[in-house]
Amino acid sequence: MEAYVQETLAEELKPPVTSMGVTGWVRANLFKGWFNSLLTILTLYLLWQVVPPIIRWAFIDSVWNTTGAVCRDADGACWSVIAKNFRFIFFGFYPYDEQWRPLIAMLILFGLLFYSRDRNHWTKYLGYSWIAGLVVMGFLMKGGLFGLSSVESTKWGGLPLTLLLSIFGLTAAYPLGVVLALGRQSRMPAIKLLCVVYIELIRGVPLISLLFMGSIIFPLFLPEGITINKILRAQVAIILFTAAYIAEVVRGGLQGMSRGQYEAAESIGLNYILTMRLVILPQALKIVIPPTVSILISAFKDTSLVVIIALFDLLKTSQTVLSNPEWLGFSREAYIFVAILYFLGCFSMANYSRKLEKELSTEN
Amino acid sequence: MNEETANSKDMQAMAEPMIEIIDMHKWFGDFHVLRGIDLTIHKKERIVICGPSGSGKSTLIRCINRLEEHQRGQIIVDGIELTNNIKNIEKIRAEVGMVFQHFNLFPHLTIVDNLALGPIWARKVPKKEAEETAMYYLEKVHIAEQAKKYPGQLSGGQQQRVAIARSLCMSPKIMLFDEPTSALDPEMIKEVLDAMIELAREGMTMIVVSHEMGFAKSVAHRVLFMDFGQIVEGNTPEEFFENPQHDRTKLFLSQILH
Repeated sequence: MEAYVQETLAEELKPPVTSMGVTGWVRANLFKGWFNSLLTILTLYLLWQVVPPIIRWAFIDSVWNTTGAVCRDADGACWSVIAKNFRFIFFGFYPYDEQWRPLIAMLILFGLLFYSRDRNHWTKYLGYSWIAGLVVMGFLMKGGLFGLSSVESTKWGGLPLTLLLSIFGLTAAYPLGVVLALGRQSRMPAIKLLCVVYIELIRGVPLISLLFMGSIIFPLFLPEGITINKILRAQVAIILFTAAYIAEVVRGGLQGMSRGQYEAAESIGLNYILTMRLVILPQALKIVIPPTVSILISAFKDTSLVVIIALFDLLKTSQTVLSNPEWLGFSREAYIFVAILYFLGCFSMANYSRKLEKELSTEN
Repeated sequence: MNEETANSKDMQAMAEPMIEIIDMHKWFGDFHVLRGIDLTIHKKERIVICGPSGSGKSTLIRCINRLEEHQRGQIIVDGIELTNNIKNIEKIRAEVGMVFQHFNLFPHLTIVDNLALGPIWARKVPKKEAEETAMYYLEKVHIAEQAKKYPGQLSGGQQQRVAIARSLCMSPKIMLFDEPTSALDPEMIKEVLDAMIELAREGMTMIVVSHEMGFAKSVAHRVLFMDFGQIVEGNTPEEFFENPQHDRTKLFLSQILH
C-alpha cells in the first residue's frame, strides 16, 4: 500500500458568512419557514395591540403634577400621585423640615456604593470611608447633637429604611453565611451540628414568622423596662434568615472544590484559616456568585415584608398615600413607581455581579 | 558511567537518615492499605517507587507529609516524629515539598502568585523578596516568561514545572513526587523529567512515585517495588531491572516494559 503524505500546508480561510446584511438576518431569523413567519406576524400583531395603548396611557394622556381632582378627569395615568407625594413616599413620617438629612445620608450612601464598584478602589481607605460614612449617616438620621434635633427611629421610613434594612442585612448576612457554611463542613461534630440545626431551622420557617417572632414574641422574654429598637429586631431577623440561605449556596461552592486544592495548600505550609482565606474561599465564592446574587436580590425585595410589623418601608409609605381620599384609586401608578425603584436596585445588583464575574474570570 | 560514580559518591555522603519509617500501618476504613512499611531514606538519596495501582505507593508518600494519617508505627522526618502534634506537622511540612499528579496549582492566582503564596503567608517573607525567589525558581524550570499568566493558560507540562517551582520556593529538604508525569500528554513528559533530573543533580532528597523507567535508571539510587501494601523488593536500578528477584516484580516489569 502506498503511504499517504500531505505535501502542502493547508491555507487559512475566513469562516463562512451565514447571512448577508439586515434582510439576510431577518429572513434567517424571523421568516424561516411558514411556522416561523406565522409566529413573527402574530407577535407583531400582539405588540401592536398592546404597546401603543400603554404608551398613550403612560405618556400622552397622562397628567404629571396636578391635584387629585384633575386626575380623575384625565384619561391617562395620574403620575401626580407620585409628584405630589414623593416626599412622603421617600421619607415617610420623618419630620418634614428635616428631610434634607435622610436625603444627604442617602446621597452619601449612593456615592460610597458607586465608588466601591471599582475593585481597584478596594483598599483599607475605602473601609475607613465606609465607617466614617456610616457614622455620618447615622448621625444625620438620628440627630441630637450639634444643634440637630433628635428624630426617633420610629419615625424613620420610606427609602432610607428600605436601604438600611437591605444594605446592612446583606452585608452582615454574607459573612455570617460563609462562616455557617464552613461550620457545616467542620470536622468538629458540635460545631457541625450547631450549624446544621441553625440552617435547617431557619430555612424551615418563612421570613414573616421570623419577623413576627422578633417583633412580638422576643420582647416578651426581655426583662421589664428593656426594649430593643424595632428596626434592629427586624434587621436581625432579615440577617439571620438570609445567612442560612447564603450558607447553603456557599456550601455548594465548597463541595465543588477538589481535594487537590486543599492538599496543595497544606503542602506549602498553609494552615486551615489561611487555606480557606487564600485558596478555597476565593475560588468557591467566585463559583457561586450567580446563586448568591439571586439570594441577595430576593432578600432585598423581601425587606418589604417588614410592613407586617408596622415598619414604614418604601412599599408601605406608597400604600399609605393611596389611603388618602384625594388619591384613592391611583394604586396602579403608585405600584408601578415602586416597582421601578425595586427594579433599579435589583437590576444594578445583577449587572454588577456579571461585571464581577467577568473581572474575576481567569480562563483564557 | 559518570552518573554511576557520582551516585556512589553521594551514597557515601548519605550517612545520616533523613526519613525513617518503622513498621508503619495504615487503614482506609477496614481496608489495610499499608501493611508494615520499614524504610530508611538517607540524605540526598533518590528513590523511585513503582507498583500496580492500589498497591499503596501514593499513600506511602502522602503519609510522609501527613496528607494521610498513619495508624500504627513511626514516621520520623529529619529527627521529628509525625504525631498528632500540630507543631510537628507544620515543621515537617515546611521541610517536605510535594508535587501532585494533577499539578493542583491555584487557578485563581497568577503563576508568580502561586509560587509566592506559601513564603508570604506561611513564612512571613516580605512580598518583594518572595516574588524575587519565585522568579528565580521559575527561571530554573525555564518558564519565567509565563509568570503573569494564570495556570489555565499553560500546558500540562508547563503547569507541572510551575508546581515543582512552587514547592522549591519553600526551600524543602525533601521532595515528594506523586506520579508527576502520568497526567501529561506524551510530548510533555520530557520537560518535566528534565526539571526533576536537574533537581537531582543538585543533591535534593527525592522520593518519586513513577513508572518512568528511564528516569529511574538514570537518576535513582534505589528502586522500590510495592504490591498489596508492602515493599516487595528494593534494589539499585541496574539490579532491579536486569535481575528482579521476586515473582511479582518480574510479572509487573514484564507488564510495563512490554
